[in-house]
Amino acid sequence: MNAVALVLRAGARDLARNRWLLAYGLGLAGVAELLFIFGGAGNQVVLSLLNATLLLVPLVALVFGTMHVYASREFIELLLAQPLPRAAVFTGLYLGLALPLAAAFLLGVGVPLVLHGAASQAPLAALLALAVSGAFLTAAFSALAMAIALGTDDRLKGMSLSLAAWFLLTIGYDGGVLALVAMFGDWPLDRPLLALMLGNPVDVARVLVLTALDASALLGYTGALFRRAFGTLLGPTIAVVALTLWCALPVYFARRRFIQRDF
Amino acid sequence: MITLDGLRKSYGARLVLDGVSLALEPGRITALVGPNGSGKTTLIKCVLGLARADAGRVLLDGVPADVEGQYRARIGYAPQAPHFPGNLAVGEVFAMLRALRPGARTDESLLDNFGLRAEWATPVGTLSGGWRQKVSLAAGWLFRPDVLMLDEPTAGLDPIAAGIFKHALRGFRAEGRTLLVTSHILSELEELADDVAFLSEGRLRFAGPVHSLLTQTGMRRLEPAIAALLRGLRVESGAVA
Repeated sequence: MNAVALVLRAGARDLARNRWLLAYGLGLAGVAELLFIFGGAGNQVVLSLLNATLLLVPLVALVFGTMHVYASREFIELLLAQPLPRAAVFTGLYLGLALPLAAAFLLGVGVPLVLHGAASQAPLAALLALAVSGAFLTAAFSALAMAIALGTDDRLKGMSLSLAAWFLLTIGYDGGVLALVAMFGDWPLDRPLLALMLGNPVDVARVLVLTALDASALLGYTGALFRRAFGTLLGPTIAVVALTLWCALPVYFARRRFIQRDF
Repeated sequence: MITLDGLRKSYGARLVLDGVSLALEPGRITALVGPNGSGKTTLIKCVLGLARADAGRVLLDGVPADVEGQYRARIGYAPQAPHFPGNLAVGEVFAMLRALRPGARTDESLLDNFGLRAEWATPVGTLSGGWRQKVSLAAGWLFRPDVLMLDEPTAGLDPIAAGIFKHALRGFRAEGRTLLVTSHILSELEELADDVAFLSEGRLRFAGPVHSLLTQTGMRRLEPAIAALLRGLRVESGAVA
């Protein structure tokens, strides 16, 4: 087993027994269960879970990820004192954070859906899109959390930056786009708005799932634009590529910071 | 032998190491002493590559430390405030460390002598500070490195464990290995150390045998000798680089 796999295994083992991670998975399962109890059928539950996913997954990945990196500081020093390349240690640490978080999401959301037979009620593409979106959002925001925590040793500042990033990307961004539309309503905004939508992983994830659900009424302005511009086949492909880039970008910055900084 | 050649390190505007040159001889224990913030931990981190020196070199038996860090296979390290993933059991920590260096010869005597086998299944996060320190020391010791760097190694240890560890260090020295120890317990260093390196404001103010320091400061014990240095007595030593 190579260094990346060993560091990943140690991190994943540690987090698999972490009570906050367990609470996250159980919390998601509880939300899904409540949605079924209060009369949802397949599509409605997937839609409601999508809303929960878009808010909760970035928040948990950012807050938990930032705290985890700060708490792992001495363990990182121990690893870096071994004859291992820094890049390998970083990759192991990142995957050791993102994979358990993604697993908690997939199990927390997936198990109730399977138990209630939602797979037969909701389109498979929508379920797949929800799983892919949640996993990508976890990967992207875990990397963002690492980039933030490795960028400042001040824990309060790090947590504040993480919360600010969550607020900006989940709530503030859409407000800004709406303001833009209101201010420049007479201008041809289609292309800039599409670019803006691809510039936010939360928006991309939302459109990916809603396109798969064929929930036209819920796509919103940018979502409808997106579907009209790219269609139902090219659209999801572009969304997945955008989400991949949204993972790669913070991973790149976090990795670079990890390799260059002092511990 | 490990040689530091003109190590210089700043954190922002604060100069922490100012051209430190020092040779750590095999078969000797060097006590690295100095007031708080004098640069002791930074010096150790620069040797290990945890912090990147702005200038200067670290040489192991005359060979410069490689960028990929393979030279660290010959160095053991026990940090000042050891922390491991809290939910990993003690046994899992050591299993991971062993797996990271496949084929390397291990020395698990400290695991036995500290009684860590009895805590093998205990999550590290539930251990007291003293037990975590034992885990850290045994981890630094595990591969019986040529060079062992210990930052406040006995802080938190009970007298029995401290005695066990000091005995082990003497054996380590007798095998011709190199040891660098920082501690604020000067009586302990006096008991163990052959050489002293005294850092103040990032500069090496004295480096040489303990008896030379005592002779040159006119003191009988290490503590007043260091205090004399701290008060600004200038000590001439041929060992200062």
